[in-house]
Amino acid sequence: MHLAYPTVVAALLFSIGVYGVLARRNAILVLMSVELMLNAVNLNLVTFDVWLRDRLHGGQVLTLFTIVIAAAEIGIGLAIVLLVYRNRRMIDVDRLRDLAEDRTDERPVRPARPDAEDGAVRDEEAAR
Amino acid sequence: MTGQEIAFALLGAVAVGSALLVVTTRRLVHAALWLVVSFGALAGGYLVLTAEFVAWVQVLIYVGAIVVLLLFGIMLTRAPIGASAELDSPNRWIAAAVAVATAAVLVTVLVMGFGDERMPLADGGAGSAEELGSAVFRTWVLPFEVLSVLLLASLVGAIVLSRPDVRAKNGDREGER
Repeated sequence: MHLAYPTVVAALLFSIGVYGVLARRNAILVLMSVELMLNAVNLNLVTFDVWLRDRLHGGQVLTLFTIVIAAAEIGIGLAIVLLVYRNRRMIDVDRLRDLAEDRTDERPVRPARPDAEDGAVRDEEAAR
Repeated sequence: MTGQEIAFALLGAVAVGSALLVVTTRRLVHAALWLVVSFGALAGGYLVLTAEFVAWVQVLIYVGAIVVLLLFGIMLTRAPIGASAELDSPNRWIAAAVAVATAAVLVTVLVMGFGDERMPLADGGAGSAEELGSAVFRTWVLPFEVLSVLLLASLVGAIVLSRPDVRAKNGDREGER
């Protein structure tokens, strides 16, 4: 098999993931796009493992490790998204502007709940 | 064009097409379901590339666990079930330009660099569970154990983040993480 087939598929998947991360507004859709990018990397790892006939199977083992890291990332990411939803009642990433630079034309969106703990919310956004 | 190339091209077309639908559909639940199709097609691609164990792990973890987690997230954030027009941010044309530029650069570089390389797929068993298991537990034991610790730490962190009574127990605001 030509090496071009899997690598081109991986490149297209990666750029689709880039588009999703940049253009989507919902935080869960952004997480899905990150998964697409991780899958593109996995396809490349498997491809070059097979192409180089790696006797240690570094590429395929690293693919397994990446899948585990993706599972950990989605768990933490969803926990943070749910926490933001609990505090703000929305998870639109372009309306979470507490960490943005001060600009006169855009006021940061305040928490929807008046008694929401401000410091905790900021910490969560820093963790994103 | 050999049979393997035709099979991989079809699976790759399915994977890329459903990935495009993931990032363009206006229904959140449909995006998660198209993600299943994309990951399934990629698992088929791994099978064509003789990486059998990776293919089954992909089906188990991605299709079985991660997409279910994403669907849970969609349901718990009370996302609209029907079509909603507000899923894309206003700068999506810039994002599309960036993505097309990334794809052009990557595809050009990869085709120029590896366009005429061929890889042999004849011998079976190179990516079987036996081979990968011996590779993991002979060569990659230490990263494997470190990864277990990472997974455990992330699970504990997710529980701490998502349980409301963990923070209610200690009153002060600073020590609630």
